Amino acid sequence: MAGLLIFGLAKSMELALVAIGFSFVFSISGIANFAYGAFYLLGAFLTYIFLNWLGLPYWISAIGSILILFVIGALMYRFAVQRIRGAMLSEVIVTMGLGIFITEMLRATGFIGHNRYLPAFIPGYVEIAGIGIENQRLMIILIGMLLFLSLWAVTRYTRIGLAFRAMSQDELTALSIGLNNNYLALISMGIGAALAVIAALCIIPQGFLTVDGAYDVLIYALAVGVLGGLGSTTGIIIGAFIIGYAQTITATLFSSQWVMVVTFLAVVLVLFIKPSGIFGKQKELEEKV
Amino acid sequence: MDKNIKQTRKERIDRGIFVRSADIFALSSWQEITYLVLPRVIPFALLLVLPLVLEFSGNSYWAKVMVVLSILGMMAMSWDLLRMAGMFSLGQALFLGLGSYVAAALNHYFHWPIYLTIPAGAIGGALLGTTFLMGTLKLRGIYFAMVTLAFPMLVIRVIQATNFLGGTEGVSAAAFPNYWVAAYVSIAGLIICFFGLRRMMNSDWGLVARAIGQDDIAVMASGINVFWRKVQVLFIASGVAAFAGTLMTHLLMYAGLSSFSLEYSILPVASVVIGGSGNFAGALLGSTLLTFATEALRDLGPLRIALYSVLMVVFALTIREGIFPYIERRYRQFERKVDAI
Repeated sequence: MAGLLIFGLAKSMELALVAIGFSFVFSISGIANFAYGAFYLLGAFLTYIFLNWLGLPYWISAIGSILILFVIGALMYRFAVQRIRGAMLSEVIVTMGLGIFITEMLRATGFIGHNRYLPAFIPGYVEIAGIGIENQRLMIILIGMLLFLSLWAVTRYTRIGLAFRAMSQDELTALSIGLNNNYLALISMGIGAALAVIAALCIIPQGFLTVDGAYDVLIYALAVGVLGGLGSTTGIIIGAFIIGYAQTITATLFSSQWVMVVTFLAVVLVLFIKPSGIFGKQKELEEKV
Repeated sequence: MDKNIKQTRKERIDRGIFVRSADIFALSSWQEITYLVLPRVIPFALLLVLPLVLEFSGNSYWAKVMVVLSILGMMAMSWDLLRMAGMFSLGQALFLGLGSYVAAALNHYFHWPIYLTIPAGAIGGALLGTTFLMGTLKLRGIYFAMVTLAFPMLVIRVIQATNFLGGTEGVSAAAFPNYWVAAYVSIAGLIICFFGLRRMMNSDWGLVARAIGQDDIAVMASGINVFWRKVQVLFIASGVAAFAGTLMTHLLMYAGLSSFSLEYSILPVASVVIGGSGNFAGALLGSTLLTFATEALRDLGPLRIALYSVLMVVFALTIREGIFPYIERRYRQFERKVDAI
């Protein structure tokens, strides 16, 4: 039972980490970043290269790839998304197209078929209440909590965080009080990409580095976001906890095959009952038709 | 403005023949009749004749490509239809896969003959697809895109996990009795869909559907049930795509997880972005170009999908209107430079 609680918590934090980068960009700039999975994969791949081909220490490679992906996210906004900002269809096409391009190029460069993996932050496991739990899972819980706390603090107590919130509430009003919407959206895309790498560094050490992981991450980010309500951090956390615990309970009581089925059913059910997601309040008036 | 630099601008003027052929007097001259009729007849004449030519000249591989072309053309048109009504789908493969699986399951488990599985698959796939996505129709725009992107991938995982309908193996199905049935059923389907959808979108019903895509609140204010109209559009569009799916089942003789794959979600989007949207002709042109590109680039394997996505991004960023509207404009108008005043 204690194991179920802790494993469920780790799984939920994993999902929350995956979803937060997507939701962050969406809530601030209104851009659905479908290249999110590609950023996740690219960040992991860069870390792998830095570690194994260049022989850099772990922390330098991790921070280096986070920074590089921040720049890539920002560049993608500046040179692709900014040109078509506001035209929703084009935004979707451009981010999706670039995402698939990055992912499939990584596949084509012989990325698949090798068992490549990233090291854990601290290898080994500890025993809690008679159950062995990998350090990585505990680290995911810790990093997830720290990340959410710092995001919360940043969006409430710093100038740029307040500007982000202003923009997410009403972009035109934010523009009229002198906030540079393009700059803010650029930074938010960068942060979104960096968050994708953080998620990758946390999650990939539990398994292998696979190309299809990019699409899985995107699905999970969308599932959690749709369930909890995109653009609401509370919604993301609640959605992640619902899916995370549902998956853990299913995996323990039935079999791990049914995990995806439960996720699928949860999403379909929520869409039928409350299409904007559990906490997607701000969309109700405007977006609901 | 600096007076020394000569400034020019482009001016577009209708071609004489376009103006002359605009009304009934076009009938008075062969040139004008040809101008009007040729571009409308040639593509469909080619569609009807090419299978004959290819099959009898021994190119049975390229003859089969004609069936694939019709399947992708129908997918692209169904995507375009959804887009017109304001639903940006990123998971057209869902409908394709559903149609494909329904047809295969009816054929494999219940031994229905092929002339029953195709319509049953189209209707069954449309019903299932509409039911799955009905919840999202209450929301506008980006939500639909996100949910539709996730849906086919989730369905793949569900089938893999539960071993339902053959699991990763897929379901085998009967083949078409011969090549001619395959070719002409799919080409007839394509042509009927093309003209039917065009006519539908120009009727009052289609006007409302287009209006929903542009301003759903205005449509609601006119006392029209937007949700119900969207369900109707979704049903028709998913029916067209599911029909394409049933054809694919019987062409490949099985329904597998690959019909839910991302490639089939991206191809229709890329077709319409490249070909140009709004009147289905662009969708048809785009899917034709992409089909031939796919066949020509068989060797590239998975890189093809990377290529489509780059093409799609380039078109979305630069040539936003697409190829067909460009050709159409050049056919009707010419450009010249005049002094800017």
